[in-house]
Amino acid sequence: MTSLILFAALLAQTVVIQNANVLPVTKPGFKGSVVIENGKIKEMGEKVVVPGNAQVVDAGGQYLMPGIIDAHSHIAADAINEGSVSVSSMVGIEDVLNPTQISIYRGLAGGVTSSNILHGSANAIGGKCTLIKMRWGKDASEMVFEGAKPSIKFALGENPKRRGSSGSGPLQGSPGNLRYPATRMGVEDVIRQAFNDAKIYQAKWKEYEARKAKGETIIPPRRDLKLEPLVEVLEGKRQVHAHCYRADEILMLLRVADDYGFKIRTLQHVLEGYKVAKEIAAHGAGASTFSDWWAYKIEAYDAIPFNAAVMMRKGVLTSINSDSADVTRRLNTEAAKTVKYGGLTETEALSLITINPAKQLEVEARVGSIEPGKDADLVLYNQHPLSSYAVAQKVWVDGDLYFDRQKDIEERSRKEAAKKVMLDRQREQQKKNAPMPGAGMRRPA
Amino acid sequence: MRNRVRLIPLGAAAVLFSIAPVLAQSPPVIAIRNARIVPVSGPAIEKGTVVMRNGLIADVGTEAAVPADAWVLDGTGLTVYPGLVEAMGSVGIPETMPAPGMGARGAMPGTMPSAMPGALPAAPPARGPEDRPLTNSWTRAADLVRPNERRIEALRNQGYTSAAAFPSAGIFTGQGAVINLSGESGGRMVVENGIGQFITMSRGGFTAFPGSLMGTIAYVRQVFLDANHYRTAKETYARAPQGLERPAYDRALEGILESKRFLIPAVNAVEIDRMLRFAAELKVSPVLYGLHEGYKAVDKISKAGVPVLISTKWPEPPRDRDPDEVDSMRDLELRENAPSTPAALAKAGVKFAFYSDGAESPSRNVRRAIQKGLSPEQALRAMTIAPAEIFGVADRLGSIEKGKIANLVVTKGDLFADRPQVQYVFVDGVRYEAPPPAMPAKPEMTQ
Repeated sequence: MTSLILFAALLAQTVVIQNANVLPVTKPGFKGSVVIENGKIKEMGEKVVVPGNAQVVDAGGQYLMPGIIDAHSHIAADAINEGSVSVSSMVGIEDVLNPTQISIYRGLAGGVTSSNILHGSANAIGGKCTLIKMRWGKDASEMVFEGAKPSIKFALGENPKRRGSSGSGPLQGSPGNLRYPATRMGVEDVIRQAFNDAKIYQAKWKEYEARKAKGETIIPPRRDLKLEPLVEVLEGKRQVHAHCYRADEILMLLRVADDYGFKIRTLQHVLEGYKVAKEIAAHGAGASTFSDWWAYKIEAYDAIPFNAAVMMRKGVLTSINSDSADVTRRLNTEAAKTVKYGGLTETEALSLITINPAKQLEVEARVGSIEPGKDADLVLYNQHPLSSYAVAQKVWVDGDLYFDRQKDIEERSRKEAAKKVMLDRQREQQKKNAPMPGAGMRRPA
Repeated sequence: MRNRVRLIPLGAAAVLFSIAPVLAQSPPVIAIRNARIVPVSGPAIEKGTVVMRNGLIADVGTEAAVPADAWVLDGTGLTVYPGLVEAMGSVGIPETMPAPGMGARGAMPGTMPSAMPGALPAAPPARGPEDRPLTNSWTRAADLVRPNERRIEALRNQGYTSAAAFPSAGIFTGQGAVINLSGESGGRMVVENGIGQFITMSRGGFTAFPGSLMGTIAYVRQVFLDANHYRTAKETYARAPQGLERPAYDRALEGILESKRFLIPAVNAVEIDRMLRFAAELKVSPVLYGLHEGYKAVDKISKAGVPVLISTKWPEPPRDRDPDEVDSMRDLELRENAPSTPAALAKAGVKFAFYSDGAESPSRNVRRAIQKGLSPEQALRAMTIAPAEIFGVADRLGSIEKGKIANLVVTKGDLFADRPQVQYVFVDGVRYEAPPPAMPAKPEMTQ
C-alpha cells in the first residue's frame, strides 16, 4: 500500500525550475521557468503556472540547457573491440554494458545525459552500438535509450588495416596469423564482400519465406548473427557510424554505400571532412568530429579546427563528440571552440552537442533541445555553458535529478569516513591472519 | 590419508587399524554406533547408529540394529555427517591431460605445440563462430576422471566425498559428471554422467575469434541458434529425407543439444544481471557460478528462480603489494560483504551450493559465511543436499538416509568448529582415515 502511494507520488512528480537563463537551442533563449512533469518538459516560458504539488528549484539566474549528447563514446562497457576479425558485426555493446563504471557519473557531472557507446575501430565492419541515457545507478537494460534506432560501427584507414601480430599464438611467426586487410584497398574489399554475403543471405531468407508460403516442407536457413545486422543496414533499419579520417576514404565509403543502396548515417572523426563537405552533404551523411585534436597519427595530420564550422556551413549535419571518458566531461568547452574557429553563433555551437547529435541518432523527437513534450534531460550551469568557467551544477535525466554538485560535495566526507572504517577493519583483519614472523617462512639454507 | 585402512573385526565394539599400506577389499558391512548423527534430511540424532552395507546406507537411527556380520566402529564423541559435495570444479580430471578434441580450427590458441617435431601444422586462428573456437562441448568429464588424480585426496581429507566435476578448457568445456572421490577406476567413480555443460567466458586473444567478452557472448548466442537450427534440420530430415539436403553432423552442436543444464559464470552484480538476461534469452536452464557480489542481486536471482553455486574463495587483497596502496571503495565493499551472500540468498529462498574454488581451507571460508549470518544448518545443506539437488542426484547423495550411497564424513567436534577434526571419510562405504593433524601453518602461507 505504502509503495503504491509512493509510486503514485513519483509518477505525479512535478518540478519547476525557476529564475533560469534558459537556452532551448532550437528556440531563442529567455529568462524564466521550465516545468517538468512525469519526466517530460511540460511547459516553459517567462511566466508559467506553478502546479500546487510542484517542487520548485530556484536556478538563481544560472543557465539551463538541454542535456549534452555525446555522439561517440566508449564508456560504460566491459569490452569495446572485437578485433580478431575484419567483420565483427555479430557482437554488440549492449551485451557488455556496465552501468557501474564511474565514467558514467563523471560524464553526467559534465552535463552529458545521453551517450552513444560505439564499438571500437579495429575492424572495417565493427560491432553494434548502443545509445544510452546516463541513468547512473540503474541496471544495464535500464540505461539503454529505449526505442532508439539500432546502429553499427564501421572503420576505415589505419586501424582496420592493421594486420595484427604474427608474434604470438599458434602460428607464431607465420603470416597465417595475420588478419586481412593490410591496405585501404583491402578495407573497401572487406566491406564490399560483407555486403555481397549479406545480399545472398537476404535472398536466401526471401526464397525460404516464399517457398514456405507455398506450403513446401523446407528447412529454414541458418540464422547468421554476422550477416543479420548488415541486412538491416541494407533495409534501412540500422544506422552506420563510420570511423574515418581522410577525404579519399570518405569518398570511397560513400561510393560503396551508393553501390549497395544503403546510407551512411554519420562519419565519425572525419577530420578531412572539410575537403569533401559537399559530397558528404549530398549523400545525406552526418559528421561527428573533434574540436581541435590532430596529428596523433599520420591520417590525422591534415585536420583543421575549422572542420566542424566548414562542414556545417556546407550543409552537413554536424556534431562534436568526445571519444574519451575525459573529454566527455567538458563537451561544452569543445563546442565553444567553434565560436573562435569558424565563427559559429552561440546557438549553433550548442547545437553541435545537443540537437545535432540527437538528429544524427534520430532521437530528436525525444531529446536535444528544451521544448514542451520532450524528455526532461537538462543541465544547469553556473555560467553560460560556452564560458571556460562554466561548471555543471545539476543534471536531470527524464526529470529525475541524477547529479547535484552540492549534494556530491556534502557526501564526500561521509564517504571518506565510511571508507576509512572499512579500510582499517580490513587491514586489522589482514594483520590478524598474517603468519607469525618466521612461522613457516624458514627459507632453505 | 594415503592409505585405505583395513578394518578387522574384534568383538563387538573395538576396531584395530592396520598400518599396512595394503589395499584390501573394504568390509561389506560397517556400523558406526554411539555417534552423533546429522543426517541433513532430518533432525540430528544425538546418539545413534549408521549401518553401511555394500557401499550403501543400510540403516540409520537410534534404533538401528548392528548386524552380526558388521565391522563396528565406536562413534563415541564423534559426529557423522553426509559426505561433503564439492558443487563445482575439475577435481578428478588430470590437469595435464591434453585438451580433448580441438574445435574445427584454431580451437585452443596457445595449446598447440607448434614447435613439437612431427606435430601437425597448427590450425590458423579462428575467424568466426563457424570455426567453433574454444569449443569442446562433446567431451565428458565421465570419460576423463581418474582415481589417482592428485587433488582428490586433498579434498577428501577435508571431508569431501563427491564432486560435480567439469572439463575446464574452452568456452564450452564439455559435460560434467557427479563423481565419488574414490574408486577402482574412472568408471567406478561416476555417480551421474551428463549433469550439464560448463560455459566460461574465455577469449582467443586479439588475433583469434572471439577476442573480447562481446565476441564470446555473441559466439555463445550463435552456437545456441545453430544448435536449434541443427535440431530442426535433423528432425525435418528424419521425417522425410527424400529430396532434402542432408544436415551435416556437428559434434559441437550435438554436445549442446545433449546438455541438461548450463553452468554460466557471474561473479559481480553486473555479470549476474547480464547472465540472467542472457540465459532467459537463450531459453536454457542455467546454474550461475561465482556469485561473490550476489548480495547485491538477491531480488533478481530469486525472481529468476535460478540455482547458484557460490565460490567460497572470498575476495582477498592481493598479496605482496605496495603497503601504501589504498583500495577502491568498491573492492573494500566487495571484500567486506561477499561472505554475506549465502545468508542473503538463504533468506530469499534461493537454492545455492558451495564450491571451494581451489581454496586451501574450505571449512574456514564457510565459517566466514556463518559469521555473516548463515546458519550452520544452511551451510551444511549448501555442501551436501543442495548440490545433490541442483545436479539431480539427491536420490543417491547428500544426506544420510537408508538406501543412499554410503558417503559419510566423521568428525571429532563440529564440522564448522574452529579446528574441525576429520577422523574418517567413507566413500561408497570405503573407509579413509584422516592423516595426523598437520603443523598449524596458516593457510595463506601454504599456497
